[in-house]
Formats: sequence, C-alpha cells, structure tokens
Amino acid sequence: MSTDIKTESFKRKQLKKLGLKFDNWDYMVALAGNPNTGKSTVFNALTGLRQHTGNWPGKTVSRAEGAFDYKNNRFKLVDLPGTYSLLSTSEDEEIARNFILFGQPDVTVIVVDATRLERNLNLTLQILEITNKVVICLNLMDEAKRKGIEIDITALSEELGVPVIDTVARYEKGFDELLSSIHEVAAGNTNIETSPDIEIPKELKIPVNDLVKDMEELYPELPNKKWLAIRLLEGDKRIEEALCSGELLDLNKSFNQPHLNLDEELKLLNSTEANHD
Amino acid sequence: MINQDSSQNLLEKANSFRSNLPESVHDIYVENLFRKAAVITSNVLSKNKVRAIKDEKIDRILTSRLWGFPAMIGLFTLVIWLTIIGANYPSSMLATLLIDNTYPLLKEWTTIWPWWLSGLLIDGMYLATAWVISVMLPPMAIFFPMFTLLEDLGYLPRVAFNLDGLFKKAGAHGKQSLSMMMGFGCNAAGIISTRIIDSPRERLIAIITNNFSLCNGRWPTIIILSSLFVGALAPAWFAGFATALAVVGIALFGVFLTFVASWMLNKTVLKGETSTFSLELPPYRSPRILKTLYTSLIDRTIFVLWRAIIFALPAGAVIWLSSNILIGDVSIAVHAINYLDPIGWFIGLNGVILVAYIVAIPANEIVIPTILMLTVLSTNIAGVGSGAGIMFEPEDIGTINEVLNAGGWTLLTAISVMFFSLMHNPCSTTIYTIYKETKSLKWTALSSLLPIGFGVIFLLVLAFIWRLFT
Repeated sequence: MSTDIKTESFKRKQLKKLGLKFDNWDYMVALAGNPNTGKSTVFNALTGLRQHTGNWPGKTVSRAEGAFDYKNNRFKLVDLPGTYSLLSTSEDEEIARNFILFGQPDVTVIVVDATRLERNLNLTLQILEITNKVVICLNLMDEAKRKGIEIDITALSEELGVPVIDTVARYEKGFDELLSSIHEVAAGNTNIETSPDIEIPKELKIPVNDLVKDMEELYPELPNKKWLAIRLLEGDKRIEEALCSGELLDLNKSFNQPHLNLDEELKLLNSTEANHD
Repeated sequence: MINQDSSQNLLEKANSFRSNLPESVHDIYVENLFRKAAVITSNVLSKNKVRAIKDEKIDRILTSRLWGFPAMIGLFTLVIWLTIIGANYPSSMLATLLIDNTYPLLKEWTTIWPWWLSGLLIDGMYLATAWVISVMLPPMAIFFPMFTLLEDLGYLPRVAFNLDGLFKKAGAHGKQSLSMMMGFGCNAAGIISTRIIDSPRERLIAIITNNFSLCNGRWPTIIILSSLFVGALAPAWFAGFATALAVVGIALFGVFLTFVASWMLNKTVLKGETSTFSLELPPYRSPRILKTLYTSLIDRTIFVLWRAIIFALPAGAVIWLSSNILIGDVSIAVHAINYLDPIGWFIGLNGVILVAYIVAIPANEIVIPTILMLTVLSTNIAGVGSGAGIMFEPEDIGTINEVLNAGGWTLLTAISVMFFSLMHNPCSTTIYTIYKETKSLKWTALSSLLPIGFGVIFLLVLAFIWRLFT
C-alpha cells in the first residue's frame, strides 16, 4: 500500500475544500479529542484552512470553523479545544462538552492518539455518554507502529459501537475512509450499536433510576436521560438551566433550526459564570 | 411543552438526592469510566517488544538537569547565527533593488508632482516601506521556518519542561513556559495562548510578563545592533558567533526578567497558590520540511511583513511631515528630539531614539529605520541620505555605522538600545490584545508600564555605572 497513491486519490476524489464558506451547510461535524492528537491537522486537511499546528498540547485556544464539500454535501467543521475529559473542570472542557450537547453536531469525530489509547478512551467514553453519532479517527498510526503498538480496529469498533478509522493525518492517510464514514453517520446510514455501558456506583443507582423514570413520564423525548440524571445529581448548573429553560427538550425537535454556535455558547458560559459570582 | 413546575420538581428531587449522597460517589463513577477504558484497551491492544525507543534517549539529554540548558542555548544560538549569516546577502540585494534602483525611478516619474506630494508619498511612505522590507524580510524568512521546524519536531515542550520548575519557584504556572515560547514569535499570539492557563491569577502573570519574550519585531533590531557594535569588537572569524551570543544573551535576559517579574507579581498584587499540572512530552515527529517552509513563509513571514508594511506607510508619512513642518526655524521632529535629548542621556539613549520608539509604538519593526532617518535629519550629515525626512538607503552596514557614529552613538548607546528593545512598552496590537483578553484597563496599564519601568531603572543604573568606569 503506497502512501503516494492513497494521498493522491484522496485529493482527486469527491472532496472540495471550502475554507471559510460554511453557510448553507447540510451537516455539521464537531472535531473533538485530547490535546496534540492532530485535530488541527485533520481540520486543515479537510477545509484547506491553515489553522496553526504545532507539536505541543494545548495550542488550539480559539475556536476554528471551516467547511468542506464531500459528494455534493456541504459539511461545516468545528474544531473544539483539545481536552482530556469532559468533566467541566476547565473552560475548555465546558466549551467542548456544551458544544457536543447543545450544538447538536450531526457527527462528532473524535481524534484518538493510537499511541496513548487508554487515556484517549477516557474522553471517548465520556463523549459516547452524550452522543453516539460518532466516528473515531484513530490517528498517529505510524507512530504507534514505530512503538510496536498494534490495535485491533474491528474489535475496538465493536467495543465502542461506532466506526473506527485508522489514519495518519499528517500524510492524509485513511482520509477517504474517514470522509465516507463521516458521511454515512451524518446521513444516518450506519446502524449505531449500543454504546459501552459505564457502571453506575451503587449509591447512585436508585436516584438515577428514579430521575430517569420521572423524565420518562414528563419528557419522554428527552435524549440520553441516564447521563442527564447523573449530571443533575452532580449539580451541573448549565444542565439545570437548560432543563428549566426548555433548551434540553428543544434539542430533539429542532433538527433544521439553526444550531447553537460556539460564540453563543461562550456568551452563555460567561453569563452563567457571572451569575455565580 | 416545557412545564416550569415539573422541571423545578425534578431539580428539587435531584438536589435532595444529592445531599444524601456520599462525597465520593462522583469519583467512583469516574473510576468506573477509567476502568472501562482500561478494559477496552487491554482487549484490543497488543504491544510488541521493541528496541529502546530513540525518543527517550534523546530526551534524557535534552531535558537533563545537566545538559538541558546548554543544549537549549546552543540550539538557539545556532538558529540565530544561521539567521545572521543567511540574511546579510539578500538584505543588501533587496536594498539595491528597492532603494538604489526603484527609488530614483519613482522620483524621476513624479518630478511634475508638487514637491510635498512626492515628498510625502515617495520620500516618506515608499522609503519607509522599502526599508522595512529589506531589513525585515530576509531574517524573518530564515528565522521563522527554523523556529517552526523546532516546533514541529516537538522541541518547544522540552524547553517548557526545562523551565517548568523555575516557573513554579516564581509562583507562576508551568504552562507559562509555553505561552512564553509563543511570545518569542509574537507577543499578541503569546498572550492569546495564555488561555491554556486555567487559573486567572496565573494567567494574568503570564500575560503581564509576556512582553519580556523578544518578538519578531524586535529580533531584527537586536540582531542589527549586535552585529554593528558587538560583532565589530570580536575578531573577524568570531564576529558571527559573538553577534549571535549577544542576541541570545539578550533573549535569555528576557527569560530571566520573566521569572523576576512573575515572582514580584506573585509576592505583591497577584498572591496565591501555585497550581500543579503535568506537562506531557509529545513524541518527536520528523518535521514535514516542505510543508513547514510553505506554511511558515505564508502564515508567519508574509503575515508579519504585511503588518510591518501597513504600519510603515503611515509612520513614513508622519516622519516626513514632522521633519518638514517647521515651528519657528526648526521642524517638529527636531523640537521633539531636542526636548527628549536630556531625558534620554540619563538612560544611555538620546532624543532620536526616544522619538523613534514613540513613532514605532504601532510596530517595533520600524524602530531602526526611524532612528537612522531621524539621526540623519538632526545631525545633517553631509552626503548621506538626501534631505529632510528621507529614509535614506544605507548602502552597506558600514553606512549605518557611520550614521550612528555621527549621531553620537557609543557602545553604551547600542547596548542600551538593545536592552531598551527588550524592556519597553508592548506594541499597540499587543496592548489591544491584552485589553481584549483581560477586559480590564488596570491590568492593561500594568502590562504596558511594567516593562518600561524595568527598562528605565535598568538603563539608569547601567548608564551610571558605565560612566563611572569610562
């Protein structure tokens, strides 16, 4: 398998890099992942933009949005700040979390560092708690190989219940498969299997079940109730607000309504912070 | 539809449950999640035995207590040295093209224009811009790609790793070493990159001290002055390295000041706990050389050059106007220079230099051209340049030397300017960025005034001691 041929075919095929022209998109794709896994490299390769890339964690500090066209569908791509978790301990984590939940991306691409699989899966599992419209971009496969790491892609995909594509983003390897997978998930053509279940601590079981039961009665259309129940038990202010304002309920209905953008999310975040002060 | 009451009830229920839950329940949940990740990993991943990884061997040297700092200084000296050596020839070529050849042509074509119009546009704006391009472009086109290669390779986090402990001792966040490294490119970018620091206190320290990282606009000033005055003191074969060492010395002094200022802030207005974090050393990646060259040329070099040009145009106009509008018998520029001369003397500088720094607030890139122009103007050197307010062309580096000598420059002046370049107010873009990031006039003012305060005190002492012994 030659690199050149793969890169060439990717460039020749149905991808058009649209740079900043991201109005009138058909699907929105969020790009999430740990710091320094190559998210910005993926972003640049797909959009043709030149978001600063560098080999150190945490350098993407501001949001980046761009667009590409694949098989005549327009995709808007949002590069989220790199985070190790979504436990909302920092502003970055809160932005990423809120965008995945409230921004309602049609697909969330999680860029995973193949050389640090376990730690990257921590974030992956947390995202899978929120949404299962996910494609895993298992990146840095060349480095993993160099370090003698082998990953069973099929098994990983089965464990996580979502498509896993192995890539080398710096050389645009595996991007054909990545794009077609993003397209499939966005269009709803993939069978999303059940996501991995995280065991709930026994003290939480009764409260969670109770709250889920209430939610099922009151708001049957509410998505991922178990996760929401845990957030509420945790006293997550942003989620409490979204519940009271009805924002959470609207999530499922409003498929063609304008999605919340990062700017608004930031504003909201600032205003809730101000309220807490 | 949303029912306020029912969601309120749900919240209350959750709250009452929460008050009965043990504190540890959240941690247990997160532990379960981590355990799941570990289980999945062990199910899908297998590791071959592999020869000792090269990365670790390299890191043992580059981040060792003993060799970390010397390796860092050596590497940066090499980069600066290559920049100095490489930039000389293209610089003079550009000067020949833009100033020797194009400038007389432009003057010829515009002889029918009124004198003030061709003066303002060509002697002022065109020459200022041409100067900036010929002085700035070559060093940037060499320095940026090399710096980007180091970044792409993964060296910057190693520098951060070496400095991390020092930052902690200064009461600052270890991640400040990363924002400091970004500041060596551009302080505005460095200040934006402080967003990676979560604690507001430590972030403010990082913002206020970022100006002590020499930026793109200031590297060339220091490189030029160092080769003129420091390089000239050394024997010819050693001149290039002596120049580079002096430049690296100034940059390291900036790093030292970053620690001093961070420590002072930590002891006074920004007291508090230092947060811990773990810095992860990413693997070395073989840089994609062509891609790096391309992006660093387009994104950094052209971007910075464009900014310099945009500020050089109006600055050229201002210089031309101020040296051609007379109050009494002398021009505004000469009035200002004479007024600031005695103040400058105390800190080893002169009126010309201070005026140049005021003109160059929008962009430090134009400091040297402005100094030269104003020196010619105020000393009326015969045969150099051609009249009031014209940024003349220094045919070779010797001419710059001649002009500066005529302007009364000594080794003290050159060294003082090099230090003043390091310690003065940030450029206007950086000041604006600080305001946008802190949303506070107070912190913006402190960030702008602290470096210049350091500079004035340092130069006062330096000039005093220097004059005592010479």
